[in-house]
Amino acid sequence: MAKITLSNLRHSYMPNPAGAEDYALKQIDLDWDDGGAYALLGPSGCGKSTLLNIISGLLVPSEGRILFDDRDVTDLPPDQRNIAQVFQFPVIYDTMTVYDNLAFPLRNRGVAADKIEARVSEIAEMLEVTGMLQTRASGLSPDNKQKISMGRGLVRDDVNVVMFDEPLTVIDPHLKWKLRSKLKELHQRVRATMIYVTHDQTEALTFADQVVVMQDGEIVQIGTPVELFERPAHTFVGHFIGSPGMNVLPCEVRDGGAYFNGTHIALEGAIGQGATGKTEIGIRPEYVSLSDAGLPATVRKVSDIGRHNIVEAMVADRKIAAIVEGDAPQAGAEVHLQFQPDQTRLYNNDWLASERQGIAS
Amino acid sequence: MKTQNNRAWFLVLPVLLLVAFNALIPMMTVVNYSVQETFGDNLFFWEGLGWFEQLLRSDRFHAALGRQFMFTGIILAIEVPLGIAIALSMPRKGFWVPVCLVTMALPMLIPWNVVGAMWNIFTLPDIGLLGYFMNHTLGIDYDMTQNPFAAWVTIIVMDVWHWTSLVVLLSYAGLMSIPDAYYQAAKIDGASPWSVFRFIQLPKLKTVLTIAILLRFMDSFNIYTEPFVLTGGGPGNSTTLLSIDLVKIALGQFDLGPAAAMSLIYFAITLLVSWLFYTLMTKDDAK
Repeated sequence: MAKITLSNLRHSYMPNPAGAEDYALKQIDLDWDDGGAYALLGPSGCGKSTLLNIISGLLVPSEGRILFDDRDVTDLPPDQRNIAQVFQFPVIYDTMTVYDNLAFPLRNRGVAADKIEARVSEIAEMLEVTGMLQTRASGLSPDNKQKISMGRGLVRDDVNVVMFDEPLTVIDPHLKWKLRSKLKELHQRVRATMIYVTHDQTEALTFADQVVVMQDGEIVQIGTPVELFERPAHTFVGHFIGSPGMNVLPCEVRDGGAYFNGTHIALEGAIGQGATGKTEIGIRPEYVSLSDAGLPATVRKVSDIGRHNIVEAMVADRKIAAIVEGDAPQAGAEVHLQFQPDQTRLYNNDWLASERQGIAS
Repeated sequence: MKTQNNRAWFLVLPVLLLVAFNALIPMMTVVNYSVQETFGDNLFFWEGLGWFEQLLRSDRFHAALGRQFMFTGIILAIEVPLGIAIALSMPRKGFWVPVCLVTMALPMLIPWNVVGAMWNIFTLPDIGLLGYFMNHTLGIDYDMTQNPFAAWVTIIVMDVWHWTSLVVLLSYAGLMSIPDAYYQAAKIDGASPWSVFRFIQLPKLKTVLTIAILLRFMDSFNIYTEPFVLTGGGPGNSTTLLSIDLVKIALGQFDLGPAAAMSLIYFAITLLVSWLFYTLMTKDDAK
C-alpha cells in the first residue's frame, strides 16, 4: 500500500505532439493518499483510462513522473509496480478453475503453496465465491467473473493500488448495486488504495471519498461528493454531476452585481477580482423554488420523477430547471422563480468566481 | 380459421432434390457397385460383402492406408504448430499486416494441379531450380523420381507450402479477436510469455484450431491431385496414397466392385475420424 504522486504528468499518443490539443493528458499533478477510495469521473475520451494505464504501467507517459511512496516507478513495467487492475470486461483465464485463477498472480511470483492456499481462501471468503473454487471459471456469470478478476487483484497482500476501469459496464443492473456495495465493503476491509474510473456519477459518488473530475485531459475539480455537488469549481462539474445538472445562465456583471435578463440576482458573496469575459450564473435545480415574487418565467414542461417534480421554466429563450416538492404548476403557467442566494454562484470563463460569505479565497 | 394442411412440406422439396442428386443417388450407386461384380456389357453378379472382406484383408489396402495416415499425420504435425508460430509472429497492426496476409493467401489461390506441376518442375534433378541446386551445387543426392525418401520429403514440403497458410490465417483471426485487456491483465499478474500463450492465446484459439485441423485432416486425407501430378504415386508405390490407389483400381484396372467397396470404407474412415475429433474437442464446451 502506498501513497501515489503524479507530478507534471503529460501524455500524447502522437510521436511529436505540437499543441495542447495533441495531448490526451494535458498537465496532471495529483496526490493519492495511502488507503483512500478515489474515483476518476469524466465523460468518454476525457483521458481517465489513459491516466489509469499510466499509473498501472501499461503506458509510459510522454512527460512527468509517477511516485509510489516517493519511489520513482515511471519506467517500471506493470508486474514490478505491484498494482492490480480490474478491466471493463471481466478478464479470467478460461481453462483454469476459480482457485487457479485466484492463485495465478501468486504462483507467478513464486509464493509458497501454503501461503497461496491461505490467501486464496481468505479472498474467496471475502468475495463469497468459496463454493465455486473448484469449478471452471469459463462457465461463471459476468458478475462472478468480475468478482474473480477483482480477487486476482486483492490476493496479493502487498498490492500498492487496486484500479477499476469501469468495472460494472457488463453487469446486469440489479447486480450492480450489490457489487458496488461489495467493493465499498472490500475497501473498508483491506484498506488498499483504490482508484475507480467511471463516467457514471452514481458509481463515483457512492464509491469514493474523493472524486477527481476530468475533462479534456485536465482535472477540473477534486473534492468529496458533497463539495462537487454544492460548489462545483467549473461549469462542467455543475453540468456533469447532478440530475438534472446545474442551471448555467449567461449574465451581465455591473457595479459588483450580477444581472440575468435585466434582473439583479443575489449571489453567495462578492465577485472575485478581474471578472471579465464570459460570465455566468450557476444554480442547482434543487435550490430554485417557485414563489409569488422573483424572476418571471413560463412553465414549459413538468416531469414527475416520483419523489418530486422537475419543472422546466423558460425565461426569454433560457431554460431553467427547478426541483419542486409537492404540487407542481401546469405547463404554460406563469410563475416566479427564486434562487437561494447562498447557493447561487458566479462563473467567469467557466471557473467559479464568486466568493463564499465569510471566507476569503 | 387457420388452414391446416401439409403443403409446407413442398418447401423442403428443392433441398431434398438437391441432396438426392448431389449425395444420396451417387452414394447409393457406389453402394450398389460395392456388392456386385461386373465384366462389362452391363452384366452384374451378386457378390454380397465379399469385396469388403477381400479389401480389409488385402496388404495393398493396408499399405496405402498406412501411407495415408502417415502423410496426414506428418503434415498436421508440421502445419499446425508452424501455422500458430507464424500467426503469433505476424504484426498486429500497421503497414505490414496486409502485406503478410496477401503473401500468406497466395499459395492457397493456386490450383491444385498447377501446384503439383510447379513442384515437379522445381524439383527435377537436372532442370529444376531446387533439384539442380541440391544435386549439382550442394552435392546432395536428391531425386524424388527415384528415391522414395526424397519423394516423401517433396510431397510433404509441397503440402506444407500450399496449406500452412490456412492454419496461419485462421489462427491470426483468432489471435486478433483477443481483447487487449487480457494481455494487460497478464502483464499485471506477472505472467511469463509461455503462460500468456498457454492460458490466454491457446484457449482462445481452440475453436479456430479445431476448424483448421478438421479442414486440414479432411483435405489431406482425401488428397489426390498434387501428389498424382508430382510423383504419380511413385517411385514404385512409395507415395501411392489411398485416393491414388483408388483411382488405379477403379479406372486403371476397371475393378468397379472392389473400388466401390474401398470408396465406402475410405469415406467411413474420414467421417469417423472427423466426428471423433470434433466430439472430443467440443465436449468440454457443452458442460
